[in-house]
Amino acid sequence: MSEQKAITTNKLTKKFGDFTAVDEISFEVNKGEIFGFLGANGAGKTTAMRMLCGLSLPTSGEATVAGLNVYKENEKIKRSIGYMSQKFSLYDDLTVKENMRFYGGIYGKSNAFIKQKTAYILDHLHLEKEANVLVKSLPLGWKQKLAFSVAVFHAPEIVFLDEPTGGVDPVTRREFWNMIYVAAAGGTTVFVTTHYMDEAEYCDRVSIMVDGRIDALDTPIRLKEKFNAASMDEVFLKLARKAARAAD
Amino acid sequence: MSSISVKNIIKSYGKKKDKVIALNDISFEVKEGEIFGIIGPDGAGKTSLFRILTTLLLADSGTAIVDGLDVIKEFEKIRKRVGYMPGRFSLYQDLTVKENLDFFATIFNTSIEENYSLIKDIYLQIEPFKDRRAGKLSGGMKQKLALSCALIHRPVVLFLDEPTTGVDAVSRKEFWEMLKGLKAQGITILVSTPYMDEAMLCDNVALLQKGKVLSINTPAGVITDFKYPLMAVKAKGMLPLLEQLKAMETVKDAYPFGEYHHVVIKNEQLVQQVRDTLSNSSLSDLQMKRVEADIEDCFIDLMKEK
Repeated sequence: MSEQKAITTNKLTKKFGDFTAVDEISFEVNKGEIFGFLGANGAGKTTAMRMLCGLSLPTSGEATVAGLNVYKENEKIKRSIGYMSQKFSLYDDLTVKENMRFYGGIYGKSNAFIKQKTAYILDHLHLEKEANVLVKSLPLGWKQKLAFSVAVFHAPEIVFLDEPTGGVDPVTRREFWNMIYVAAAGGTTVFVTTHYMDEAEYCDRVSIMVDGRIDALDTPIRLKEKFNAASMDEVFLKLARKAARAAD
Repeated sequence: MSSISVKNIIKSYGKKKDKVIALNDISFEVKEGEIFGIIGPDGAGKTSLFRILTTLLLADSGTAIVDGLDVIKEFEKIRKRVGYMPGRFSLYQDLTVKENLDFFATIFNTSIEENYSLIKDIYLQIEPFKDRRAGKLSGGMKQKLALSCALIHRPVVLFLDEPTTGVDAVSRKEFWEMLKGLKAQGITILVSTPYMDEAMLCDNVALLQKGKVLSINTPAGVITDFKYPLMAVKAKGMLPLLEQLKAMETVKDAYPFGEYHHVVIKNEQLVQQVRDTLSNSSLSDLQMKRVEADIEDCFIDLMKEK
């Protein structure tokens, strides 16, 4: 059963002292699914994501990512996933090509693999001319698309995207989602957080965290039916408004 | 009278070869007591504009008047009369909530008591944490403290540079409620945001992209200016549907828009043809309806036209 799942969690919990940041969350993410992980600031999304990425050990509960145990195999997990955030993903003072060389090397890929993949990405993003340009001089939209390509450079089973489209213009935002669709169609599981509620509609399934718990999890259509809402924005507001915890 | 008047502002960075034009001949007027939104993605030039208007940066050319004062000749007077909340949290992390507020009140020669009525609604929400260091506050509380500090000298004009970036949908709504309250007290507000939906909450907006103004209008006016018929379409298999829509001769543009794809049709006469084509193709669970443009549709259209 678990081979069919990219992620499974059972009562996964993280406490910091008296504070329960993540409170017994249980859910499963299917292989090749685009899974939207929503929640207000401070709901516990980042803490949950850090546990799933093998960066933080849970206090209790169970979780597997790409079939690997988050307690015992967290180093292997890091190798099996890709990660990208709005704030950090690429080195500004390395060129486009150097960034890919760097990440390919970190993930232990061969020179031949790196060379071939670099050529493919440059061609795909129409960045051939910018191959030797410092990343800091690229427009934000290009940077984000390149960051995504780098996050899936080593062909991970799962890619975690933490607010990948914040501040990006509406045209580039859609081009970015197109890349997500293509990656998912190719079998990569996509785990994504966003504050844009229209993007929640693009996910296969969406979970909404409130005060450390998962209060809702379903397809966007069923969530809208269940909460009698016209849009995901409304669903989110209905759930997040009842949060007791102060936003962070 | 205009509260802010910007004429032909140009600002560039870097030398010849690496020259970047951040603001390319920007002009607009903000009326007294209104909420004026600068709507645009990262890199549009929003922060450069705010820094010029708050006298922290000199433009290459053009003029800017804030509350009747010239940003170059009368910069000292302007600084006393405006409040500025930069995009990055810039309070003293190692001072407490109360100390930060006291500090800003003191440098403007006033006291918390004197202007308490203005910040009361906002400050009450963080008062339980008044002895906590600013660096230890959560994001939402930092935002409220920064707004309180920007208001403590009772400014005439308030500049808010991306106050809601990275903030969740609920907190964003609460923040805009606070802005409405400040507007009711007569403060002029210039606010920038990358969230297109927030445009609807402003009295007037300037849509900004790559240093250029795409449109200046009321939010309703921006939408009325959208000249093409628009349809929302969905069917089973959204990705192939999008490819099909994009390939249609009658379609000007098609892109994902929440649950549906938005389809911009070249002209009114072709709407029925689009409907027929879609109905006759082998799409299952096809749904289509005429919809009104959203600010985001307008922005996409204006971006592509430039």
